[in-house]
Amino acid sequence: MDKAIEILDLLCENSRLTEKQIATITGLSEEEVKNTMKSLEDKKVLLKYTTLVDWEKTDREVITALIDVRVAPQQGHGFNKVAHRICQYEEVKSVSLISGTYDLSVEVEGKTMKEIALFVAERLAPIEGVLSTTTHFVLKRYKKDGVFYEEGQNDKRLVVTP
Amino acid sequence: MNTDKYISNVVKSIPPSGIRKFFDLVTNSKDIISLGVGEPDFVTPWEIRKEGIDALDRGSTTYTSNLGLPELRIAISYFLKTHYNLTYDPEKEIMVTIGASEAIDLALRALLNDGDEVLVPEPSYVSYAPCVTLTRGIPVFVPTDEKNNFIITPDDLKSKITPKTKVLILPYPNNPTGAIMKKEELEEIVNIIIEYDLLVISDEIYSELTYEGRHISIASLPGMKERTILINGFSKAFAMTGWRLGYIAAEHGFIEAMNKIHQYTTICAPITAQYAAIKGIYQCEEDIVKMRETYDKRRKFIVNGFREIGFDCFEPKGAFYIFPSIKKTGMTSQEFCEKLLKEEKVAVVPGDAFGPSGEGFIRVSYAYSIDKIKRALERIKHFAERIL
Repeated sequence: MDKAIEILDLLCENSRLTEKQIATITGLSEEEVKNTMKSLEDKKVLLKYTTLVDWEKTDREVITALIDVRVAPQQGHGFNKVAHRICQYEEVKSVSLISGTYDLSVEVEGKTMKEIALFVAERLAPIEGVLSTTTHFVLKRYKKDGVFYEEGQNDKRLVVTP
Repeated sequence: MNTDKYISNVVKSIPPSGIRKFFDLVTNSKDIISLGVGEPDFVTPWEIRKEGIDALDRGSTTYTSNLGLPELRIAISYFLKTHYNLTYDPEKEIMVTIGASEAIDLALRALLNDGDEVLVPEPSYVSYAPCVTLTRGIPVFVPTDEKNNFIITPDDLKSKITPKTKVLILPYPNNPTGAIMKKEELEEIVNIIIEYDLLVISDEIYSELTYEGRHISIASLPGMKERTILINGFSKAFAMTGWRLGYIAAEHGFIEAMNKIHQYTTICAPITAQYAAIKGIYQCEEDIVKMRETYDKRRKFIVNGFREIGFDCFEPKGAFYIFPSIKKTGMTSQEFCEKLLKEEKVAVVPGDAFGPSGEGFIRVSYAYSIDKIKRALERIKHFAERIL
């Protein structure tokens, strides 16, 4: 499993590395890398090769909200049924069961705050079993997936040193 | 005012650093990817930074003993024992310095009389020869060769020894070549060192960045502890370059002599850095290992990248540099680097900045993310397609 984790770590950092490049870095053969990745994909360990975009710097408006949801657990299903229901919406980017005051943490993306507010009022809140929602809009991102969003957090070294 | 006539002859005799020249060139360029840096890209591990902050918070703002905080010397003694199986008495055989740089200067000043010869392997770090000259010693270069994996061979060594030879500087793992010297290779030169009654200043600042095996200190070989001024520090292993903290381990008599200079010229290393370093030794072993593993991945990646482009590239086993040959381009190192910078906006350092035998090579640092290395390699490939 160690080699698989090494490959996953590399892909998390840069999903554009080719199998050949991964082979060079890990010392595995290209064939081994290919097979390991295939098996990880088959087992749904490796789900998707993604990117991280700072939408703020583009023309597209993207608003994100983190919504805390309280749910009445259902006999035999717990929170699963409601969680699955919420997952169906395209606007919903992530759904997690959390400990503490709330039950589900839902990340929603939209073009405007109003759009998200309407989504919560008209789609999310009325779902049977949802007791309450608390919406937090993301105002600014500082860091995500280990990457700093702000300038100046980058390389502070002199460009050439002995 | 004509300041020039007041400057001492010895200072005037020292040539300006080749890196400095290139630095000025690079600073005036925009959008460059630099693979020219000689320091880690990691920030100092948080535990160490926090201890620095706490030390200030506690009001620890005083001088320390000239030799350094006793607790830090105990920690260093522990580190040398556990990592390299070296035994040094923290009370008498260890002193803390302002980086390994001060340590090099102290060692040379404590040992050299006018005209004493110091063997300096090259290519190597830019400071050795100027520090020898400033001490009125004479640097005698020992060229190393790619054919011999850039190590010092017994023949190299013997051919440069004269009755005036007093000290050998041993800079392994090496900046800029990334070469290391294995135990057998060290053993081969030890006999000569003892036979000719030489001392060794062993600059082991990159010791923790040794891949495919552990670093062996020459001081751990029979008969060598007493002849070795061991220099190391926190800059590379703990990613603490800006804290300026190094140390020397040596016979008590040598430490005393060096401490004499140290107490008059610098008093002590900064206390904040000293406290932080103690934390580093006891609590950041995992960080060191993690950083080393990361460098190792990049090392394989970049060596392979250069070879695929078509450059001959020696396989380095230490530090965080590769030293590919650019001889087949027909250009000098300087020409190559200037052209690469101008046409593809990638900064690497000409090999001759580290001594004449570095001509025909370039030093490329891999203290950068894989992503950055990848982008730089794409540009270098583009460049090579035109010139190879």
